[in-house]
Amino acid sequence: MTKSELIEAIAEKHNHLSQKDIELSVKSILEQMVQSMENGERIEIRGFGSFTLHYRPPRKGRNPKTGEAVELPEKYVPHFKPGKELRDRVNKGSRGKRQR
Amino acid sequence: MALTKAVMAEKLFNEVGINKREAKEMVDLFFEEIRLALEKGKQVKLSGFGNFDLRDKSERPGRNPKTGEEIPISARRVVTFRPGQKLRARVETYARTNKH
Repeated sequence: MTKSELIEAIAEKHNHLSQKDIELSVKSILEQMVQSMENGERIEIRGFGSFTLHYRPPRKGRNPKTGEAVELPEKYVPHFKPGKELRDRVNKGSRGKRQR
Repeated sequence: MALTKAVMAEKLFNEVGINKREAKEMVDLFFEEIRLALEKGKQVKLSGFGNFDLRDKSERPGRNPKTGEEIPISARRVVTFRPGQKLRARVETYARTNKH
């Protein structure tokens, strides 16, 4: 499922709102999520999961082309922990075939 | 403060201009449609944000951490989140401006 398919799926169930409002809403929700992680703030959605940042210390890496050593600075990476309802539903659904 | 569904709905009310009940429904549907897709075995790809992927894990040996008793961990399907390039880039810089 892509972002546009998600918008369509919501539109089918939320038919009193215009396609445009739904599109704006989906984009706003995603932007709020990115901004909150960008500010180091966690996201907590009960029954879905939580997003937090994981710290990665600075390390020495290599340029794969030249073999030259490079210092890679410390950073944060987004991490998602699925909530119980999502875990249970996905696992129950696993009796069906996986689709792409 | 963490980002929650209530905060998201409030922002939709202020920014998109839909009413509070619609905003709440919108946020609920956003997460429910993602859960439904994953439950059906569909990967979810949100450009600019990241992908929710499914992985089928086979049974493996485990232990009850309290009793030390060996019990198999059953085969299961799990959700993983792979942040997209744009999200990674925006979150990385947090380490240079702040500390947890």
